[in-house]
Amino acid sequence: MSSTNSDPRLIAPRAAPKKPMQFSWSDPRFRALVWQIIIVGLIVGGIWYLVSNTAANLAQRRIATGFGFMGRVAGIPIGESLIPYDPALHTYARAFFVGVLNTLMVTVIGVACVTVLGTFIGIAGLSGNFLLSRLARAYVEIMRDIPLLLHLLFWYALVLKLPILREAIEFLPGFYISNNGFKVPLLDWQPAHTAALLIFIIGLGVVIQYRRRAARIQNATGVRPAVWPVVLGGLVVAPLLAWLALGAPFHLEMPVKGRFSFTGGGAMSGEFIALMIGLILYHSAYAGEIVRSGIQSVAQGQWEAAGALGLYRGTILRKIVLPQALRVIIPPMTSTYLGVAKNSSLAVAIGYPDLVAIVNTMLNQTGQAIEGIALIMGVYLTISLGISLFMNWYNARMALVER
Amino acid sequence: MNRLFAGALAAGALLTATAAFAQSGSATIDAIIKRGELNCGTAGNSPMFSLPDSQGVIRGLDADSCRSVAAAILGDAKKIKFVPLTAQARFTALQSGEVDLLYRSTTWTLGRESNLGAMFASVNFYDGTGFLVKASLKVASAKELDGATICVAPGTSTELAVSDYFRNNKMKFTPILIQDLNEIQNAYLAGRCDAYSTDASGLAGFRFQQGPKAVEHILLPDIISKEPLGAMVRKGDDKFFDIVRWTYFVTLIAEEYGITAANVDDALKSTVPEIRRLMGLEGDMGKSLGVDNKFAYNVIKQTGNFGESWDRNITPYGVPRGINKLWNAGGLHYAPPLR
Repeated sequence: MSSTNSDPRLIAPRAAPKKPMQFSWSDPRFRALVWQIIIVGLIVGGIWYLVSNTAANLAQRRIATGFGFMGRVAGIPIGESLIPYDPALHTYARAFFVGVLNTLMVTVIGVACVTVLGTFIGIAGLSGNFLLSRLARAYVEIMRDIPLLLHLLFWYALVLKLPILREAIEFLPGFYISNNGFKVPLLDWQPAHTAALLIFIIGLGVVIQYRRRAARIQNATGVRPAVWPVVLGGLVVAPLLAWLALGAPFHLEMPVKGRFSFTGGGAMSGEFIALMIGLILYHSAYAGEIVRSGIQSVAQGQWEAAGALGLYRGTILRKIVLPQALRVIIPPMTSTYLGVAKNSSLAVAIGYPDLVAIVNTMLNQTGQAIEGIALIMGVYLTISLGISLFMNWYNARMALVER
Repeated sequence: MNRLFAGALAAGALLTATAAFAQSGSATIDAIIKRGELNCGTAGNSPMFSLPDSQGVIRGLDADSCRSVAAAILGDAKKIKFVPLTAQARFTALQSGEVDLLYRSTTWTLGRESNLGAMFASVNFYDGTGFLVKASLKVASAKELDGATICVAPGTSTELAVSDYFRNNKMKFTPILIQDLNEIQNAYLAGRCDAYSTDASGLAGFRFQQGPKAVEHILLPDIISKEPLGAMVRKGDDKFFDIVRWTYFVTLIAEEYGITAANVDDALKSTVPEIRRLMGLEGDMGKSLGVDNKFAYNVIKQTGNFGESWDRNITPYGVPRGINKLWNAGGLHYAPPLR
């Protein structure tokens, strides 16, 4: 009965015999087909109903529709903008773009700070130092238990308590703080700076290549060539030489206090500061928990085995534990990043001109609510899908490679 | 949050509102009578215009204007439901039929009348955009505000008026736009903004609320725009439009003849032809509008004439009547003849 070639593991799996689909409720394939048709029909019908009903309603109430308003001169003032914007000259499309950029800036800075702070909090929570780990735990419990809107209103109220602009505190020459925000001196940007920056970036590439080569040599011979001269040369000496060669221009544009505002210098508004503090504190508590759970998901044996090899604790964390923990950390971290992007819309509560604030003003001036809400939805969908795509790519890269 | 929510709700309301919206001459009135109450959109948080008192009753000029419409159509000023609306949500609430009319300090502009499917039936307050500044700022005119930071409520015609004014005078300003009224007033009081701009009446009311500290704030003399605030109704229902408009006119005519809530019963014995028509004793004025022939009597008996409403709601805040006097006293409120 049991000859070797009848071992089921050695025989290729055989396909089940094909059976034509029966038009009967007892055939699971038929049932599945019917359900799918019903569900798709309901969805398509629902969408069709909403669209046609809306169109009929709008027509009946003589409400203007379409995106034609995007080409009109906006006229709405906007407090902060990354690109030149003048309400008298620029269109609603430009105002919309200003909002998108403001939201993107908050998202990018927020995501970066949340990642760094969250990692520290997560690692600190697992520290052997009693005080540090308790502090990190307390931070997480307090920050994530306060609703984000409350965070924003609290930090904005604190910012408003700062001295008014005319009594701004100058804590370093040219650095002012008031309830208008931060004012800092700005470097007067010259071609020499651009050249230095370019050489710095090239140097960074060289350093990375050189480090790889050093690692290869170390693997082959056990001796690691010195890397630091290349780092020093590529990142410090070469850019410095380029800057000196082009005349070493260095001129700081100092903010000058006027009657109502500062002229010159760089600025960060009070609203922006309050928004960033609130968003980062709130979301970094979640990020900290994600990092902590990721690290704890790595088996204790990994620590012990690495310790037996004589590695330092910091090296174990960086080289052994975190790479494995990343597989657990990345998927929930994606959700946190999406949260940062979407929650930045709470900026309207404290007067930061983000996308939602600007589009809401637009739709109120033009009366075109549906188009406005569609624009907001479109932008958040794009940002969120972008974050998801990137994180999925990164996740796939980091995933355990099964051989 | 609030604004996003309002916008989303607004869009949702348009998406789901039933398409079968009757276009007969008085669909709105029919619906009001069937419902037994008037749905009136007001701010609900605006001193002088609509604000709950200690008893929870909404008081204010807009609230009284709403009540007088309820009195005209239903004969009872109490048969009314006040729907509090933000500046953002108000138009969609009107368009979707959530409210029958808006008395929400809404400025009459061409754009609003041509794009929103709505029209203005009356102007119960002639206002203008002004600036409030701290006395310590030592500014005497809005022309000195070049470079200033200005607190403005977003989505209002103030926003555009301020923008236009600064553009016109080749000056620059930084806007701080906060939706919530308290938050924006806090930002101004904390000195985040150099000036707070909204309708001059609102500024006067806000200044008055500061009590003994009112002297620390100065209302600049520059009024930079015309802001006629009034009633907004949907287009396509002319009969309802007529009633809203004539309810307002009736309160003006009553003030003109000195008819008040207290002495309106005496007016029933009047021999003056126009008063007799007003009281529904002669002619079919009310009937021709499609309401009770004694609608004006009901309005005046229950909500008083325009001047009474003003004295009740606006005078306590220390706002002078100014251009809001009757035409024969040098103001802008003028009613066509009732005949």
